[in-house]
Amino acid sequence: MGLLVKDKEIVTPGEDLALGMDYLPSYGTFREGERISAAKLGLVSIDGRVIRIIPLSGKYMPKTGDTIIGKVVDVTINGWRIDINSAYSAMLSMKDATSEFIPRGSDLTRYFNFGDYIVTSIINVTSQNLVDLTMKGPGLRKLGEGRIIHVNTHKVPRIIGKQGSMVTMVKDATGCRITVGQNGVVWIQGDQPESELKAVEAILKIENESHISGLTERIKEFLEKQG
Amino acid sequence: MEKRTDGRKLEEMRPITAKTGIVKNADGSAMFQIGDTIAYAAVYGPRELYPKFLQDPARGILRCKYNMMPFSGAGERVRPGPSRRSTEISLVTEKALLPVLNLDEFPNAVIDVFIDLPQTDAGTRCAGICAAAIALADAGITMKELVSAVSVGNVNGRIMVDLTYEEESTEGEVADVPVAFMPKSEQITLLQMDGEITREQLIKALEMGKKACKEIHAIQKATLKEKYVGESDEE
Repeated sequence: MGLLVKDKEIVTPGEDLALGMDYLPSYGTFREGERISAAKLGLVSIDGRVIRIIPLSGKYMPKTGDTIIGKVVDVTINGWRIDINSAYSAMLSMKDATSEFIPRGSDLTRYFNFGDYIVTSIINVTSQNLVDLTMKGPGLRKLGEGRIIHVNTHKVPRIIGKQGSMVTMVKDATGCRITVGQNGVVWIQGDQPESELKAVEAILKIENESHISGLTERIKEFLEKQG
Repeated sequence: MEKRTDGRKLEEMRPITAKTGIVKNADGSAMFQIGDTIAYAAVYGPRELYPKFLQDPARGILRCKYNMMPFSGAGERVRPGPSRRSTEISLVTEKALLPVLNLDEFPNAVIDVFIDLPQTDAGTRCAGICAAAIALADAGITMKELVSAVSVGNVNGRIMVDLTYEEESTEGEVADVPVAFMPKSEQITLLQMDGEITREQLIKALEMGKKACKEIHAIQKATLKEKYVGESDEE
């Protein structure tokens, strides 16, 4: 009876996590009779009576409230279609795109054109995974020049760090402007290409080495060496 | 103790090695080697499905592609491209994996599984399924459990596990039965048969197969955990 695994243990699909009714299944787990089992590969997280799985891999699945970086792939009659690095593309409708008045019949590419990258927020995800976006909110904007890199979406919290500590460290050390989208798209803009490359390297290092302890120190060391 | 041509016991499998995360570009990938049979599996998706008429608004679709590489056989070149045989194996692989997947999460989308065999010595569809199961889990896809598969058979009255090509092509009364299990719930997701075997022999063979699949399952689990060892959500 009770718990069969430890907190923060890595489990594979089908592994039993708990027996009996003392625990509640949450994200990435399922109950079958008496037992709660894992339905995903990931870390077990036990919070009180609630058991969930923190996934370590997989594609980005859109979630309401996420701030993401998307790319304009189509301009339609009433808005823009945005690629959000997921199995589903998203719609940014005219009324959520800008506070400006857009006259009927005007050329929408004047606001967002093909290939533009935008920082945007998800306002709604339907059961069919149709995604609605908005540009209204702090920090939501069209991105100018810079570099785009793609990282594992599950490593995004590590790249940002506690209260943004990790990304702030990279920003301060390289002098770059960095925006990290929840969907694993990262935008980097610096004064010199060298500093941009340094920031790219640092972020990829965080992504690849996040499972080895002492990450913050290693990244600090990396950023300090060669100026 | 009865020994086989390669010195194995009847219920003994060939040595197994497995590895995950071998294809960088894929969302999940795995290699599964059993004896001289090597299977690579790469999982892409869930991703958008085109052409659009293939989309299913109720659930996602699983698409498997099994392929033997031209140089993979025992010297005779395997003609590249789809064949009657590879189309069938692609289909049964798909059916073997479907019961553990929950595709309701991905309406209109597709999960592509590519299985390629650079070297073969019988038991390819089973090796492919084992590799695909690891790759699917590595791709972070929701699964009830893993799937493990092995071939069992009858070689002139001797019931054995994991036949080699030599054993499979022995003259006489020979049967080759690839079987895939969901190792936890002990349900069969694939069962094919080729040759001659009695009812009693088949039941005995399946029992041996079930035991072997549990061994494979342990290897699959260990392989997956190995890749992510040390992961945490802190810092």
